[in-house]
Amino acid sequence: MSKLLKVTSSPHIRHEDSTRGIMLDVIIALLPAAVYGCILFGLRAAIILALTITTAVASEAVWNIALKKPQTIGDLSAVLTGLLLGMNLSSQTPFWIAAIGSVVAIIVVKQMFGGLGFNFANPAMTARIVLLVSFAGQMSNYAKPIEWWSSGAVDALSSATPLACETTYTFRQLFFGMHSGAIGETSSFLLIIGGLYLMLRRVIKPIIPVAFIGTVAIATLIAGADLKLAIFGGGLMLGAIFMATDYVTTPTTNLGKLVFGIGCGLITFVIRQFGSLPEGVSYAILLMNILTPHINRLTLSKPFGAKEVAKS
Amino acid sequence: MKSKNLSILTNGIIKENPVLRLVLGTCPTLAVTTAAVNGIGMGVAATIVLVCSNLAISLLRNFIPDKVRIPAFITIIAGFVSVVQMLVKAFAPSIDKSLGIFLPLIVVNCIILARAEMFASKNAVLPSILDGLGMGIGFTATLTLMGAIRELLGAGTIFGLTVTAEFIDPMIIFLLPPGGFFVFGILVALSNSLAKRQGKPVVEHLGCANCPARSACKNAVADGEIPQECEKVGGGDE
Repeated sequence: MSKLLKVTSSPHIRHEDSTRGIMLDVIIALLPAAVYGCILFGLRAAIILALTITTAVASEAVWNIALKKPQTIGDLSAVLTGLLLGMNLSSQTPFWIAAIGSVVAIIVVKQMFGGLGFNFANPAMTARIVLLVSFAGQMSNYAKPIEWWSSGAVDALSSATPLACETTYTFRQLFFGMHSGAIGETSSFLLIIGGLYLMLRRVIKPIIPVAFIGTVAIATLIAGADLKLAIFGGGLMLGAIFMATDYVTTPTTNLGKLVFGIGCGLITFVIRQFGSLPEGVSYAILLMNILTPHINRLTLSKPFGAKEVAKS
Repeated sequence: MKSKNLSILTNGIIKENPVLRLVLGTCPTLAVTTAAVNGIGMGVAATIVLVCSNLAISLLRNFIPDKVRIPAFITIIAGFVSVVQMLVKAFAPSIDKSLGIFLPLIVVNCIILARAEMFASKNAVLPSILDGLGMGIGFTATLTLMGAIRELLGAGTIFGLTVTAEFIDPMIIFLLPPGGFFVFGILVALSNSLAKRQGKPVVEHLGCANCPARSACKNAVADGEIPQECEKVGGGDE
């Protein structure tokens, strides 16, 4: 026994989880849907993804150099933010708008609030909302996908997201992503596989996605709207599995996560059903992000055996 | 004596800029600065009211009973606001249209009430006028700057002249409330960073002497002290 006996304070059992490892897992989980998006929408989609990722990483690097902070691009969080943002954009988005989105996500939403772990809202999603509000026209121009599943001629007409217009999509088309939309949101199938991978790796818990999607499903059923369109037609899968499960901006307790998921679902439903926008997932998550500190405070777990201190 | 008067005038423009250093009057600041012209319009209207009300309140400072001074101040200010409002309606109807409700709301503008309470009710006529003028210029300059930034980024124009709108699509968000808060935050941060570099405290706590709610506040302390707890939240605007 040559080992020194080290006396340290708890925790004594450490897991090898690191920020980099978790980010890498999420990126791996997103990749199938991202690659599929590039197949569906062609070269332009791939360029958008590459552009948002490089701009995000460059913004983070420049910020750290300018403010003389330790370089943090190695933790892959900027790569993930860029990838998520790109997957949330239409393949027809002008390149400079996509680049502005990455700068907003990293500089304004993340770094100005103190960097990773201090941002109050999900950077990629907030950036998407900023772009949506700023460039409404260019942002809602969706390309008609390359119809690899049919033998018909490929055309480049633009069309709206299925949520925005009367459609006759079948369940199969919606579930496997044979329709228009943002680059990464079309294939529910691949997104669910990514989500299952993350749950198996214990990166995320299923509470928020299940509560989120479940609430939307129940509310849609009660309202009598098209269920398959509501669940698989828009950005719900991408939002519920990958954006609403961000560690920093969602509640830490299980009860809090449940409240968060249900809240997201309700707001999404209300915006879709009664609002003037076709899609409400990102606004729902942003609003619940803002409520997260309060949800955390209300759902604090009580230490075992603790008694309430009488107010003096 | 002359240099003291000059310092009273310049005080409001930079050192105690009402919007960026005292964080007063944030409501009109955020609401009307969607264009540089609106900023100037709002600023000039508020400056006229500020100078006139400081003058009147300073003249009447020995006649207004302490207990009813706030209603008295508001009445005086409201009188001048009515005059300005009618003038703007008559001679600059387009400004009146774009400022909307915020023109009559100058009545409850924090800066004007705060200067009446902090300065005009305690000082002679000439310094009070200079204080009002300085604060008004500071307010106008900040509003015009904010308006210009938001107009340039949000509409691609400055004072209605096309600058970048022809080759860059403007970001509409800068014309909306989030953009207003964003530009305001950045400007306050910049002014704080400049103040820090000069060794001055970051946005100062002014103590209770400057607080309009002082007489009603149970935590109020004597001049020159900082209260332990303060009921006034932030800028305490309208």
